Amino acid sequence: MDFSSFLLMRHEIILLAVILLLVVAEVSISSNKKSSVVHLAIFLFGIHTIAGFFKPDYGSLFGGMFHTNALIHFFKNVLNIGVLILLLQSADWIEEKIIQQQRGTEFFMLLFSSLLGMYFMISAGDFLMFYLGLELSMLPVAALAAYETTKRISSESGIKLILSAALASGVTLFGVSMLYATSGSIYFADIVEAISSDNLTILGFVLFFAGLGFKISLVPFHLWTADVYEGAPISIASYLSVISKGAAVFILMILLFTVLKPLMFIWENMVYILAVITMFIGNLFALRQQNMKRFLAFSSIAQAGFILLGLIPGNALGTATVVYFVLIYVFSNLAAFGVVQAISLHTGKEQMKDYEGLYRTNPNLSLVMMLALFSLAGIPPVAGFFGKFFLFTAAASKGYYLLVFLAVVNVTISLYYYLLVVRAMFLRQSETAIPYFKSKIYMKLGLLITALGILVLGLYSPLYDFIHELSNSIF
Amino acid sequence: MIEGITIYEILTVTTILFFIGVYGFLTRKNLISMLISVELILNASVVNFVVINKYLYPDMLQGVFFSIFIIAVAAAETALAVSIIINLYRQISSVEVKDTEVMKH
Repeated sequence: MDFSSFLLMRHEIILLAVILLLVVAEVSISSNKKSSVVHLAIFLFGIHTIAGFFKPDYGSLFGGMFHTNALIHFFKNVLNIGVLILLLQSADWIEEKIIQQQRGTEFFMLLFSSLLGMYFMISAGDFLMFYLGLELSMLPVAALAAYETTKRISSESGIKLILSAALASGVTLFGVSMLYATSGSIYFADIVEAISSDNLTILGFVLFFAGLGFKISLVPFHLWTADVYEGAPISIASYLSVISKGAAVFILMILLFTVLKPLMFIWENMVYILAVITMFIGNLFALRQQNMKRFLAFSSIAQAGFILLGLIPGNALGTATVVYFVLIYVFSNLAAFGVVQAISLHTGKEQMKDYEGLYRTNPNLSLVMMLALFSLAGIPPVAGFFGKFFLFTAAASKGYYLLVFLAVVNVTISLYYYLLVVRAMFLRQSETAIPYFKSKIYMKLGLLITALGILVLGLYSPLYDFIHELSNSIF
Repeated sequence: MIEGITIYEILTVTTILFFIGVYGFLTRKNLISMLISVELILNASVVNFVVINKYLYPDMLQGVFFSIFIIAVAAAETALAVSIIINLYRQISSVEVKDTEVMKH
């Protein structure tokens, strides 16, 4: 192993360098110029995102603890794009609210550390690296959820997140210890050879799956989601629902399709049942929400149920559809959260009835919101339709027609509550409509990128072919 | 290896420990006790890793290393949770779950 093989960890090394540069910036920038930290962080992260697109090398490091391939590399770029959009959307909030309390730099450092944890988690080659990545990705987010220390609701969401995350990781570890007992190794490459379908292995696998289910907020483990999203700052809620969920889905998919493939006859049924109840409960609870953040929380639970449809076939087709859907979901959900954040920042209003008559006062914001909701619901011209359509194709390719039918029923239910918001914005009139306001340049840029993504990604078919080609690299 | 004690006995103890933790987490009404319950769960898996390593695969040290990392991460987790609880206590002067909750669906 020579020095150049460290370049396999290019994403991680550059991001770590960004974090360290921010530490230097925190020390050297005087306290009345702290708002320049926001520009610096966005600039550095932009460089990091662009650097991710250069031609990568593939291979493994540290005796197989860390490995990377074409699909993992691509997915890290997806996460980067998501975080970059999120930074653009939350820049104004950080500048106005957080910099005043002299805590701007820590925000970026914690956010980037969490992203670093996700890189290690999806590149993991053994359970130790996986566990460390999981914890590194979760702990900073819990600190960020409690970041508005003067708000009681923020602390409440922080404590709820940290306690459920700790319980989830404890359950995961107990499951991993059983997998270790039956296979004799914590390395994925050894486990896949030694794994058998005895009862202890299955128990270990179920506990492990439950722990990851917490992160993706599948239904029996979803109870923290709505409360945490409502209490946390909006940028953190959107980070949890997009980036964190995307990374967890990705690693779950890789583990199920490669390491735990011999247990497929077990997890097929589990994923089937969880998909159905997650879709139904997420959608039915979303119907009665009045707060936009809780509404988006339950909508994101329902979306997690749809993603599970892509896990069922267990082959390259499933991988491609899941990654494609996550990519589209990043853009659609960030657009919706971005609009909620813009409105909350300028007016402090977060209820659905506050959105009545929004189209007359803020037409651009309403159009972005409408695109986002159409994409989440899966209405044909926008990208979300293609994402859902491919997921359904993946499930139908193995003959799960009943599951696809139930998913279509759920799309109909979800259409109802997404259109409730659209109706409030476009058809209702209100005396107390949110007055016209101008967003700053970063917010405009963030919303513009998501809107373009929603419009273009679905129609640009080489993208799906490209992802499909990459998907063979994990097998 | 401990003379006269089989792996089954120790694994039974850790499993009981694990479920005490889960039960405590679900029933306790105090944030600190909930945190202690989570620690029980984590310690159950730590003991599991060490015992499985020692009894079944004594020629490698993977389980022992894993347990050291779990202990370190659990300490970080507890520190963060306690700091959030302290921040909450400053605002509401209580660590009871029923006083904490303002968000209900």
